[in-house]
Amino acid sequence: MVEFLSFRDGEATQEPAVTVESFTGQSNATAVRIEPGEDARELLPHLTRLSLIEVNFPAYGDGRGYSAARILREAGYTGELRAVGDVLVDQIVAMRRCGFDSFHPAKALDDAAVDRALNRYDDVYQKAIDGRSPVWAKRHPEKIDG
Amino acid sequence: MYRYDSYDQSIVDARVEEFRDQTQRRLSGALTEDQFKPLRLMNGLYLQLHAYMLRVAIPYGTLSGKQMRKLGEIAAKYDRGYGHFTTRQNLQYNWIKLADAPDILAELATVEMHAIQTSGNCIRNISSDQYAGVSADEIADPRPWAELLRQWSSFHPEFTYLPRKFKICVIASDDDRAAMRLHDIGLKLVSKDGVIGAEVYAGGGMGRTPMVAPLIRDFVPEEEIISYLEACLRVYNRYGRRDNKYKARIKILVHEIGVEEYKRQVEEEYAHMRTLGLNPPVEELDRIRAFFAPPAYETDLSDAIDRADPAFALWVDRQVVAHKAPGYAIVNISLKPLDGIPGDASAEQIARIADLAERYSLDELRVTHVQNLVLPHVKKADLPAIWQALEEIGLAEANLDLITDIIACPGLDYCALANARSIPLAQKIAQRFAEAERQAELGELKVKISGCINACGHHHAGHIGILGVDRRGVENFQLSLGGSGAEDASLGQITGPGFSEDGVVDAIEKVTDLYLAERESGERFLDTYRRIGMKPFKEAIYG
Amino acid sequence: MKILTGNDLSSGDVIWWAGDGWSRQVGDSADVGDRGDDLARAEEAALRVVGAYVIDATITDDGVRPAHIKDRIRALGPTVRPDLTLKPNDADAGNWVI
Repeated sequence: MVEFLSFRDGEATQEPAVTVESFTGQSNATAVRIEPGEDARELLPHLTRLSLIEVNFPAYGDGRGYSAARILREAGYTGELRAVGDVLVDQIVAMRRCGFDSFHPAKALDDAAVDRALNRYDDVYQKAIDGRSPVWAKRHPEKIDG
Repeated sequence: MYRYDSYDQSIVDARVEEFRDQTQRRLSGALTEDQFKPLRLMNGLYLQLHAYMLRVAIPYGTLSGKQMRKLGEIAAKYDRGYGHFTTRQNLQYNWIKLADAPDILAELATVEMHAIQTSGNCIRNISSDQYAGVSADEIADPRPWAELLRQWSSFHPEFTYLPRKFKICVIASDDDRAAMRLHDIGLKLVSKDGVIGAEVYAGGGMGRTPMVAPLIRDFVPEEEIISYLEACLRVYNRYGRRDNKYKARIKILVHEIGVEEYKRQVEEEYAHMRTLGLNPPVEELDRIRAFFAPPAYETDLSDAIDRADPAFALWVDRQVVAHKAPGYAIVNISLKPLDGIPGDASAEQIARIADLAERYSLDELRVTHVQNLVLPHVKKADLPAIWQALEEIGLAEANLDLITDIIACPGLDYCALANARSIPLAQKIAQRFAEAERQAELGELKVKISGCINACGHHHAGHIGILGVDRRGVENFQLSLGGSGAEDASLGQITGPGFSEDGVVDAIEKVTDLYLAERESGERFLDTYRRIGMKPFKEAIYG
Repeated sequence: MKILTGNDLSSGDVIWWAGDGWSRQVGDSADVGDRGDDLARAEEAALRVVGAYVIDATITDDGVRPAHIKDRIRALGPTVRPDLTLKPNDADAGNWVI
C-alpha cells in the first residue's frame, strides 16, 4: 500500500505545515497548509520562501483544492505541492494535472491501482499545469511553438 | 457530423477500461458504495427505484443512424427493450445490471458514444438547438462550439468536483429552442463587425430556486471562449456554496454576490486566464467546423407536397418545419403518443427511426429537450413515406407544441428522488385533451411536469407547469402558469393550493376554458396569461 | 412491522430481507424489529445488497404492505408499464400502490 507518493526528485519536505493565518502573520515557516475555504492567492507574495504547500481535502468531493493548486502553479510556485486528506486513487491524475507533485492520503492507496490510474490516459483535452500537450496541440503542431 | 479521431477514440476507450476497473473494484468489495458512487455517477450510472439506470450522452442532441441503431440494440440486449429520451438530450436505460455497465460503455464506444459526465458535480452534456445547421435564422451552426466545449469539459482536471452539477447550452438563433437561459451558462452566438463570438449568460437554472440567467458579457470572441469559461468556472469552483447542496448551483452564487460582483470577479480571472495559453488555436475550431459543413443538398427539388390525405396534411402542418435548403424540410417525430410515455421509445422504434435517418435524412437525427426526435434533412418528396413509416410504429402523432406534447420526468414510477408520479398524469391530460380539433384550437401550449422539486420536467418553464409533491404520503400536484423556456424566458407562478391527480386535470381544463374565452386575436395561452395576469385564472380554478 | 429493503449489488433488482436471505417478493419480508440497521451493514459488507434501508410496513389481507408509496412502487414495478411489473397479468395491480 502507498502511504506517501511523490513525483519530486529528492527528499520530501519534512517541516510541519502551519496554517495560512499563522504563516501570513510573520511566521518564519517555510511550509503552509491551505484549507478549502482559504484563498491561495494570499500566499502569492511569499512563494519564494515556501518549500512546501499542503492543500487539505477534508472530503474528496470538495474540489476547491484543485483551483488552489493551479493558482499557485500559475503564479510560478515550484516547491512541493502536496495533496493531503481524503485523496482517492481515482483523483490522482486530475490532481497531478493541477500541479500537485506529492500525495499524503489519509488512507493508504493500492499500488497497482495507482499504477493503472497513472498510465490509463495517453491523451488529455486541456492545457493544464503538468506540461502535457493537449490533443488540440497535437492536432495542430504547426501552430504550437516548441 | 463530428467524427472521432484516434485521440478522441483512445480517450473514450480508456474511460471504458477505467470504469471496468472501478466496477470490478466495487463488485470485489475494494470500493465501498460511498467511494464508488461519485465514480459511477460520473459515468451516468445511478441507482434508481427498480435497478441501476444508465444515462448516455447524446452530445448537443445530434446522432447518426448507426449510433441510433446501437442505442436500440443496447435497449434490447441489456435493458428491457426500451429507452427514455430526456430533457437534456440524453438517453436513459432503466434496467441496467452493474456488471453489464462496462460492456455497454464498450459497445457505445464502438459508435463514438459515451456516458462521460452525464451525472456528478461536473460539467454535463453540452446541449444545443435541435435545428442547428438547418434553420434559416441562425448566425452560425452552434454545434462546432458545443463539440469544442465537449472536449474541453471532458475530464477537466480543475472542474470535476464542483459545488454542484453544471449545465452549458449553446444556441445561435434569436428563437431559443433549447431553454438556453435556464442553464448554468448559456452561450448565444452573435456576430460583431463580421466576427463570430458569444453572448454569455450565467446563473440560470431550474430546481428549487429557479432563475433566468442574466447576461454577463455581450461578446467573447471564439478564439477566447475557453479562457473565458475557465474564468467563470474557477470563480464558481472557489466561491460557490458547499455548505448546502440546495444552494450550491452557480445561480445562488450569482444571486447572493450579485451579477455585477460575479462579472467583476470573472473579468479579473479572465484577464489572468488569457495569459496562460489555454485556448486551442482557431484552426481547431475550424477543424471541428468542417465536420458540420452543410451536406451536399440536391438542387432543383420540388417544394410541392401532395396534401390529398387529410391525416397526412395535418401531420405535415404540425410536425414539419422550414429547412434552409429549398426542397427540404425538418421533420419532428413526436415521442408523445397519447397513451404513451413521454420520451420513451422501444428498441424496435429506435431501430426503425435509425433506418429513416439513414434513408431519408442524410444519416442524421436530433434529440430535443422536449423529448422528441428530429429528422433534420428530409426531401419534401419523401414526407409521405416517412409519415407512413411513423404510422406503422405508432409515432405519427401530430401534436408538436400542443397541449399533449408534454414534458414529463420519469417521476415516482422510476426515480428515487421523486415525490409523485409524472407519467400517469401526463397520460390523463393527454386523454382529456385528446381530440385533435381541441388541441389545435388551443394552439401552442407547453405543459411540463416534474415529479419533484429538482425540476427535471422543467415545470418552472411550462406555460402550464405541474410539480408533484408528497403530502403526508399521498401524491399531490401544484399548478403554475406563465413559465417559458424560450427567448421570452420567464418562470411560472403557482396558482394556489395543490390538487389530486384528477383535480389537476380539471384545473387545467378550467384554465384553458378561460383562455379560450379571454384571448384576443393571435394570442397564445402564454400571451393571454401575461396580458390578464393570474387573478382571473385563480378565480376560474378556485372560485 | 419493520422490514429491510435495498437493491441487489450486481443486478440492481429490488430485494427484501426474508429472514434468512433476500427475496424479490415484498410478501416474503420478515419483521426485522430493531435489528434492521445491523443487518443492513452486515449485508452491505457481504456485498449482497446496496442502499439498504429499514421501512415501516403493515400486514394486510394482500400481504406485506410498505407504508410509503415509493416502496410500494418499488415492490411492484413501474405503474405505467404493467408488463414490466412483478404482476404483469394482474390488471388491478397498479391500484395497490396508491
